[in-house]
Amino acid sequence: MSTIDPAGPSAARVADLWWWMLGGSALLAVLVFVLLFIALFRKGVADHETPERKRVWIGWLGLAMPVGVLMVLLAFALWVGERNLPTGSAARTIDVTAYNYGWEFCDENGNCAEDVLRIPAGRAVDLDITSRDVIHSLWIPRLAGKMDAIPGQVNRLRIEASAPGTYEAVCAEYCGVGHADHRFVVEVYASDGVAEAAGAAR
Amino acid sequence: MKALRLHRDLTRIWESEPGWRGVFSSVSHTDLGKRFIVAAAVFFGIGGVLAMLIRAQLATPGSAFAGPEVYGQIFTMHGSIMMFLFAIPMLEGLAIYLLPKILGSRDLAYPRLTALGWWCYLFGGTIMILALLGGVAPDAGWFLYPPLSGKEYTPGVNSDVWLLGITFVEISAMCAAIEIVVTILKFRAANMSLTKMPIMAWYLLATAGMMVFGFPPLILGSILLEVERAFGWPFFQPELGGSPLLWQHLFWLFGHPEVYIIFLPAAGALSTIIPVMSRTPLIGYGAIVTAVMALAFLSFGLWVHHMFTTGIPHLALGFFSAASVLVAIPTAVQIFAWIGTIWAGRPKFTLPMYYIVGFFVVFVLGGLTGVMLAIVPFDQQAHDTAFVTAHLHYVLVGGFVFPMLAAAYYWMPHATGRTRVMRLGIAAFWLIFIGFNLTFLHMHLTGLLGMPRRVYTYPVEAGWTWLNLISSVGSFLQAFGFGLFAIDIALQRRIGNRSERDPWEAETLEWAMPIPPPQYNFASLPTIDSREPLTRDRALGADLAGGRGLLGRAVGNRRETLAVDMVTGTPEHVAILPGPSLVPLVTAMVIGGFFLSMLLSLYWLAPVFIVGTAIMVWRWAATTGTIRDPGPIEAGEGLVLPTSFAVGGSTAYWGSVLAAAANGTLFASLIFGYLFLRVVAPNWPPPGEYGLYLLEPGLITIGAILALVFARFGRHNFVRAKVGAVATALCLALSAAVLLVSGLRHLPGPTEHAFAAVSWMLTGYAIFSAMVGALIQLFASRRVASGHASAERPHGLRIAAVWSDYGAVVAIVVVWLLALSSAAL
Repeated sequence: MSTIDPAGPSAARVADLWWWMLGGSALLAVLVFVLLFIALFRKGVADHETPERKRVWIGWLGLAMPVGVLMVLLAFALWVGERNLPTGSAARTIDVTAYNYGWEFCDENGNCAEDVLRIPAGRAVDLDITSRDVIHSLWIPRLAGKMDAIPGQVNRLRIEASAPGTYEAVCAEYCGVGHADHRFVVEVYASDGVAEAAGAAR
Repeated sequence: MKALRLHRDLTRIWESEPGWRGVFSSVSHTDLGKRFIVAAAVFFGIGGVLAMLIRAQLATPGSAFAGPEVYGQIFTMHGSIMMFLFAIPMLEGLAIYLLPKILGSRDLAYPRLTALGWWCYLFGGTIMILALLGGVAPDAGWFLYPPLSGKEYTPGVNSDVWLLGITFVEISAMCAAIEIVVTILKFRAANMSLTKMPIMAWYLLATAGMMVFGFPPLILGSILLEVERAFGWPFFQPELGGSPLLWQHLFWLFGHPEVYIIFLPAAGALSTIIPVMSRTPLIGYGAIVTAVMALAFLSFGLWVHHMFTTGIPHLALGFFSAASVLVAIPTAVQIFAWIGTIWAGRPKFTLPMYYIVGFFVVFVLGGLTGVMLAIVPFDQQAHDTAFVTAHLHYVLVGGFVFPMLAAAYYWMPHATGRTRVMRLGIAAFWLIFIGFNLTFLHMHLTGLLGMPRRVYTYPVEAGWTWLNLISSVGSFLQAFGFGLFAIDIALQRRIGNRSERDPWEAETLEWAMPIPPPQYNFASLPTIDSREPLTRDRALGADLAGGRGLLGRAVGNRRETLAVDMVTGTPEHVAILPGPSLVPLVTAMVIGGFFLSMLLSLYWLAPVFIVGTAIMVWRWAATTGTIRDPGPIEAGEGLVLPTSFAVGGSTAYWGSVLAAAANGTLFASLIFGYLFLRVVAPNWPPPGEYGLYLLEPGLITIGAILALVFARFGRHNFVRAKVGAVATALCLALSAAVLLVSGLRHLPGPTEHAFAAVSWMLTGYAIFSAMVGALIQLFASRRVASGHASAERPHGLRIAAVWSDYGAVVAIVVVWLLALSSAAL
């Protein structure tokens, strides 16, 4: 269930992004706290004639620094975001319907399964997600970010698992009393051989 | 001697009525501000108890403490109470108590409106709490997303409690917003130009301005959802051409500015307290004012960052992502201006300063995780997990609760006239600070490890057990801290030593009065020549008490205060304010009758209370003004000024303009909703034949234009005023009738399709606006007949014209919008 133990390229890119942002934030926090600490304990003067040093505090620290940091961050994020989009062709497209309280997965051939999503390893898979009743959100933390299941519209999410295995998935949007148990599992099989031909839903 | 006599006379004029009657009829901003603050603190306590229940439930996996039904009510009410019954009313209370005092005025612009806001808040909040005790509290999350909150999935009264209770409370927010803006613009000390205002006034001006434009989308959303639930109009049902995303847009169009509405007053308190505690002026007053205005503006452009996982195209998300990180800049400007101020000065380690340091630590961390969440790919992982729960508590507790605790200790001596007793406050601080971080710091990790929000339990295998247990322990430490804080404040109020006037050596005018403050605030009103009047002149308070300022006299029972030019602060007129009255209480009760009849599904009864409200508002307005104008009066220091009865730019006029602006925002949100459904929602176009029609639009255009003309009939020749007002009312009433006919002839029933529902909503809104305009013009004609409005006091007509013009314009826009869009279907 851990987003920082990614098992697919999309989640891996976001995990990288997270570690970079954590590092940057730690540096900024330390900078602010050190400045605050010095400000509190240095020997200041209490009068109304001290030069204000507005240039340093407001110009450089307040304006220039965040502008620089945020530009870099936004560019990085846009790059990650674009690469996580469902562009180019996917190995399969699976229709997902969320409901209170379960998940239905149907492949291109109309084979459906409940609460188990079977996909091939190392292949991009598109999930076309909708809901039959209230709003849900499909989330496989180790594979990709989440996507809402909204009645009346279809949202596409690209996922890919690097290796075979079983991955936990949950509903992330509160959907009523059964929300806490509104889960499913993703079974990833080796993508070569018979298993692939058998289709997504066994 | 003179000071003492003046004190006695002014107290007689300004004090509330004795006994129980006084409790119900008080319009004093000092009393009402304190009531708001105390009630908000009580609601904070209730919300806090709910938080403890949440943490008790989540302390261990598979806990059997609360089931999912009860848990749904607990977390929904925790969020709703903290946002709507604690944070917003707390900042309103602070503003209501403080504003006139820091501006050098004797009261707010509309004392009776303050009282109306108080009663609406109290009654609405009480409805919510009673529902909680009765086990029928809202349970779909504090942002109440349909379809879950709709009739099909929440058949009980739960969602109605939220929609009606919160809307009732929001009446008080709208009252406060308009009142705060007008008070800041008009009721300042003589010569206090905008650039000489205390920084807090700028913050509150931005906050209240945001409230004027931020709350209407939510009020509209609540109306739409309640109408869908009560009458089956399918605004949010995709199978009938509605869209559940419309609610999310309307909600977050309010919900994001809301965060800054909460943060800005707290930041204002910091900008006020930090320089005092650092014994040096705030650096970068101009830069901070610019930053605050930028923040207020930007905050309306980033609501979509709450909707990054709803399937909106990535490039559009990129725009809102960039807008979201942009707000970090004005925030950074303020943070560094504050640190720079501490750096320049010699800080005093008083109790408020502890909380300010706590604020820096908590809020900076919350701001940094906020930037992370503004990043689309990361948000798609962290959204709706414990990471967001942790982030929002860092921002709101850091950005609001810590500054408010600092503010509480800073202004307690002002409200009570007493100093702090023991070192209890320090212990409370450490418990709150350590407890808070122990609850929420590692909760970021809990979220990254995959724990979603709003789950009532979790399996052992998930690996979140220890993280949750530590959070629960931390939360109970925090609770002890808040308990200790409450005890400390109670002790200070009961047994604290008498404080000297201005114990902090502060700079702003609220300390230039005796403490606790007298009911009239200032025995005479100051004239300002700098931003720090007290630093310039430490004897200012004594001078004012001795009557050596403006309006330092008592005339009959007349409640006088000074109104100034909005920009320069040049004295403009003497505002004469109303005294104690039961009208606000009764009006709030009638409005409450409307909400209760909706809540209990007694829909036939609701119109009775709408009529009742109109009658009360009529009576309210009828008790203002005068038929015998005193003419221009002495204001002291050789100044002769007209009274508020005889000026055009009175507070009532500007209040009407702001009300029209808020109303217009609601209208614009409704049009946005219509276009949104048309473009985005599935199952359009609606079934049936539609076409262009011109008869009704033509008639309404003629009627509305005549209303606009007749409303100006008496402008140049007052003799025609009464005829003009009656004619305006008649034109508007006829336009309203034609609107109804037009709807009946051209629109299908509102339950058939979202197109019909939203068109009927637009029609209904236009009819309502036209009728309000008609009633107010009718009222104006009565005022001419009674002599309240006359050639010397014509401004009542100008105010009526604001309302009737609005009704006329809305009627034209609505009828053409519907006719043309019907043709384009």
